[in-house]
Amino acid sequence: MSTKIKVDPITRIEGHMAIEAVLDAGVVKDARSAGTLFRGFEIILQGRDPRDANRLTQRICGVCPIAHATASALCLDEAFGVDGKVPDNGKIIRALILGANFLQSHILHFYHLVALDYVDAVGALGELYPFVPRYEGDYRISGNANAELVNHYVTALDIRRKCHEMLSIFGGKMPHEVGIVPGGVTEKPTEDKITNFLWRLNEIRDFIDNTYIPDVVAVAKSYDDYFGIGIGCKRMLAYGGFHLPNGKLFKSGIISPDLKLEPFAKENITEDVKHSWYADRDSGKNPAQGQTKPDLAKKQAYSFLKSPRYKGKVCEAGPLARMVGNYVQGDAKTKQLVDSALTELGAGVDALFSVLGRHAARALEAKLVADSMVDWLQQLKPGEPAIIDSEIPDQAEGAGLTEAPRGAVGHWITIKGKRIDRYQVITPTAWNASPKDDNGQPGAVEQAIIGTKVKDKDNPFELVRIVRSFDPCLACSVHLLDAREKTLGVFKVV
Amino acid sequence: MILTAQNSAKTETKKYPVIWLQGAGCTGCSVSILNAVSPRIQNLLLDEVVPGHQLSLMFHATIMAGQGEPVIEVLKDTEKNRKGGYILVVEGAIPTAEGGLYGSIGQRQGKHLTIQQSVEELGQNALLTIALGTCSTFGGIPAAEPNPTGCKSVKEVFQQRRILTPVVNVPGCPPHPDWFVGTVSVILFSGAEALDLDDLSRPKLFYGHLIHENCPRRADFDKGKFAEKPGDAGCLYKVGCKGHYTYADCPLRQWNSGLNWCVKAGSPCLGCVEPGFPDDTSPMYERITFEDLRCLQR
Repeated sequence: MSTKIKVDPITRIEGHMAIEAVLDAGVVKDARSAGTLFRGFEIILQGRDPRDANRLTQRICGVCPIAHATASALCLDEAFGVDGKVPDNGKIIRALILGANFLQSHILHFYHLVALDYVDAVGALGELYPFVPRYEGDYRISGNANAELVNHYVTALDIRRKCHEMLSIFGGKMPHEVGIVPGGVTEKPTEDKITNFLWRLNEIRDFIDNTYIPDVVAVAKSYDDYFGIGIGCKRMLAYGGFHLPNGKLFKSGIISPDLKLEPFAKENITEDVKHSWYADRDSGKNPAQGQTKPDLAKKQAYSFLKSPRYKGKVCEAGPLARMVGNYVQGDAKTKQLVDSALTELGAGVDALFSVLGRHAARALEAKLVADSMVDWLQQLKPGEPAIIDSEIPDQAEGAGLTEAPRGAVGHWITIKGKRIDRYQVITPTAWNASPKDDNGQPGAVEQAIIGTKVKDKDNPFELVRIVRSFDPCLACSVHLLDAREKTLGVFKVV
Repeated sequence: MILTAQNSAKTETKKYPVIWLQGAGCTGCSVSILNAVSPRIQNLLLDEVVPGHQLSLMFHATIMAGQGEPVIEVLKDTEKNRKGGYILVVEGAIPTAEGGLYGSIGQRQGKHLTIQQSVEELGQNALLTIALGTCSTFGGIPAAEPNPTGCKSVKEVFQQRRILTPVVNVPGCPPHPDWFVGTVSVILFSGAEALDLDDLSRPKLFYGHLIHENCPRRADFDKGKFAEKPGDAGCLYKVGCKGHYTYADCPLRQWNSGLNWCVKAGSPCLGCVEPGFPDDTSPMYERITFEDLRCLQR
């Protein structure tokens, strides 16, 4: 007999999301992930000054605004004809701002979004809001070890705040920084800012090395069955990110399930809409040509997310994709970090494709980024420019592809008459949490859920632990709407 | 361990249940409040914020442990059992087109519970409502032209439904954590009626003076020394600064524990606490004249 589990809302993620799983004899046979909020960012951008996209698109997401600021700036650099002319200081400061928010986001994700699935806050603090109500029955860490993890939940609140403080040195303020603009950044590097940034960074690095990574290892050791749960599509996608004068920290590429590298080309991205509330005639297009017409009467549709595919295939984006990408491409620092972690956990490379693999990759990535930031700071040249002048062209196109904490993010712009004619965004969560595509292939999160054994359907820990391991960001993903078609018909969400 | 003494139940502690709803927004307001320094977010969650008075965060989708229908039940229970005794915080605008179906916060008895429905239900019976951030105070970006989802502010929704619960507006994209914490402090210390609000229901304590009045680049303006592009020295008026009609204490308070703020970083003020944000304050990097400002004709 089959049973249906609905979890709506999925909490402790960014945004509004629901999950539905059909169980047969306790095993998930089918799964649906859906976004449940819709704002219409791309239509709001139409007709505006292109430079405003740099500020407005950050407001897609308050957790990862810098990823949008970065993608938008790269996109505008190209459209304004200054890509390749951004001064080294500008590139480095952009990377430092993005890096600071990576650290903030990863620490927030593990401690404040995910830990309550594994750590018994009630056991340490008593029954109080917001730690109740909750799922019951599978908290495996107790006593001092548990109390210590709860203490780290609290310490991590301070550390993530300090990441934002560090960011504001070059970004002006956070959330929603103001420093990144087409052509570079508005803040100049000075010796005092560099030193101030460095020592804040050192405190955060100390936390990553001595608290965050050991805590992920401790959770992994108590929940080691989760190295075999939430495997997913095993096809990894990275656009590459942190655009530095001497190349990117994260390499781009598609990694197949048997760990073979395929070079990435943005022309191979298409977006299907068969199971999304958009008109079918727009299905299968590249984002550079894509249009978005809602069709909310579609019977087979169940999500506001489209289904991005690479050469028609489902891909996973995020820290795991980046770390596997760098690993397969022989990046020495990545290889050393991943190999030593796998040795400590007594796991093979294949165990990375799992709930715990994603958490481990995220923690190791935090270390890789934080340690690299020390090098970047030393490459800054006080007294030299951080921005180059640019002008809005009458007509132009641009694309900006980079990495957000949650994975590959891309912005595409068309400018006509010095105004935004068309703006498209594909977010990492669209890659991960997409619905089934035109060929019926489930999205990455859906694939990770399908086949999972759920021990207790009233407390389906497995489902929420899988979903949260992807660090979904729904505000990022559900931003499409064409307001020219206002008649929406009957709107029924599953 | 940090979590001691203060969070154990003292009989004389007055607890204020808080329901925090997220509408059409980006979670940036919540993330900004996480950056609170004194008290820190852990104090807001676990300790008496002012002696004898404590918040109890019963519903916040990004923070709370639970998920699915049990957390949706918390909303109804609070509304029924703590009638007139809880604080409602709304972050994000309220989509009202198509019966509110553009935004749902979960399911109740198999049906979507829309943001609009939950704001109306919980607003009706709250002690007071704090509209946090520019989306919930004035509509903000989701309500920007052409406002595809019919987004409205909390005040507009309340007026439409004749909900009389007082609304305190704490705008900003995002709001400074001190603006929220300070507003809560006044409420806990002296009661909501002690809040001195301007004509847009903003506490004058934080929104009482123009950015321009206290701007460290004011001397440049007076001398006629203007920046030609963002990042230049000089007053940023010609590159779009909205500080001459934006009411907030950013220049004095500064952001992220007082480290920096928009103008200090070489960026024009975007006017993000004002009702015209972003339509009347765009283009962001172009000088705007008073005649351009529909928001001033209020």
